[in-house]
Amino acid sequence: MPKYMLSVLIDPAADFASLPKEEQEQSGADVDAVNDALAESGKWVFAGGLGPIESATTVDARGEAPVITDGPYSESKEYLGGFWIIEADDLDEALDWARRGSKACRGRIEVRPFDQASG
Amino acid sequence: MTHVEEVFRAEYGRVVAGLVRRFGDIDLAEDALADALVTALERWPRDGVPPNPAAWLTRVAGNKAIDRLRREKVRDTKYAEVAMLNDDTPAEPTGPVTDDRLRLIFTCCHPALAPENRIALTLRLLGGLTVAEIAHAFLVPETTMAQRITRAKTKIKQARIPYGVPQGDDLPSRMSTVLAVLYLIFNEGYLSTSPESVREELCTEAIRLTRQLRETSAQLGPQPEVLGLLALMLLLDARRPARVRDGVLVVLPDQDRSSWNSAQIEEGHALVRQCLQLNRPGPYQIQAAINAVHTDAPDASSTDWSQVVALYDQLAALTPSPIVALNRAVALAELDGPQVALAIVDDLDLGSYHAFHATRADLLRRLGRYAEARTAYEQAIALTENEAERAWLAARRASCK
Repeated sequence: MPKYMLSVLIDPAADFASLPKEEQEQSGADVDAVNDALAESGKWVFAGGLGPIESATTVDARGEAPVITDGPYSESKEYLGGFWIIEADDLDEALDWARRGSKACRGRIEVRPFDQASG
Repeated sequence: MTHVEEVFRAEYGRVVAGLVRRFGDIDLAEDALADALVTALERWPRDGVPPNPAAWLTRVAGNKAIDRLRREKVRDTKYAEVAMLNDDTPAEPTGPVTDDRLRLIFTCCHPALAPENRIALTLRLLGGLTVAEIAHAFLVPETTMAQRITRAKTKIKQARIPYGVPQGDDLPSRMSTVLAVLYLIFNEGYLSTSPESVREELCTEAIRLTRQLRETSAQLGPQPEVLGLLALMLLLDARRPARVRDGVLVVLPDQDRSSWNSAQIEEGHALVRQCLQLNRPGPYQIQAAINAVHTDAPDASSTDWSQVVALYDQLAALTPSPIVALNRAVALAELDGPQVALAIVDDLDLGSYHAFHATRADLLRRLGRYAEARTAYEQAIALTENEAERAWLAARRASCK
């Protein structure tokens, strides 16, 4: 079955950390509920939240000696906060899970299909 | 256009939608249908157009598609075999049979596609227009339009945008996305930024596609907004013959009403009555009703303006926007005078919209405030690209002295 990646995009200007504590806790419970629903329907492949963007390290071994740098590879302000990998029959089904995920984690979600050859 | 080409254009959407359902591949469906056209162009002039051209094209294109699949030796042979074994029976043996074109228009107008790509794809696949024709109508190079269509088709394939009618709660919002695409096509022709007559074809095409949608969506139960949009297009398009004279825009009060298309007006009025009976008002239905009031009056002075204002009130309650408020003010000027209307217009934040300045200019002109009116006309002209409209605004400005 086709797989999709649902990426949770973190906008530092509207940071999750600035939400009230109760709302953050509720969000955690809502995300658990989405994970349970995914598992129940057999569509769950993998999900995880990433550590803070400051913890990122970039490795570039394209040159002769690998270059290791502190920080993310992308200059963009938005960054990946976590993701789901799910199975879905088609985009509409994936969009529906994304809608539920976006509500639960209080963030925007990018939906992308896996390359079909790599299934 | 030759007779064969006309028949082909008329049947394109139906045939290609059936092929997409059968083979699950838009490119293959289009290529196979193009092959079938070559055969039709050879045979039809000699043997005559078959009694059921859609069935003929479906059969011939189906065979061409199978030839192509064999030639290309697709990797997924299992899938190809399934497609080859299937004949033209509907995909869903249980439940109501869905018109293939209805599925396809929901694919073409999927919100995951960029709006301009939805338009291009809908005209190509459901309308049967060639890429060159669509490019010409939208005044973009053919390569740009071809890229747009290719990009949309690639996204459909890679992201697996479904080929089907959305279910349950999704249907109303997805239907309004489809209607928005059809209305954009219409407006591109009606509010043309160029004097080229070819763009009138977009109005005709939008009406044809909306009729098609009315027919194919009937099985979902009454869709009053579909009827409303069709009525709105018909009532606007009916006035097209009177809208421009000698390259100058003619506004509604000054139009020669005898040149309006009475058959379209009659059909539009009947649709509005049908909507009223369904009693589920929506923005397109209300706009159609407003235009029904306009086209009901034998001359501008006998227009029922209180009815028009009441309908704008209803529209503003449903979809509040400064543009609705502007149009309401135009009607209100006829009831309560230009001074009342101007007070409302001046409060609107529409400084970059040419119709805002044109409306203000007209109200100021009627109040005898000519210097201010001239300035407002100049601002409107600067923001208008349509040649006929510019000519009209310039004439009005010149009259303010």
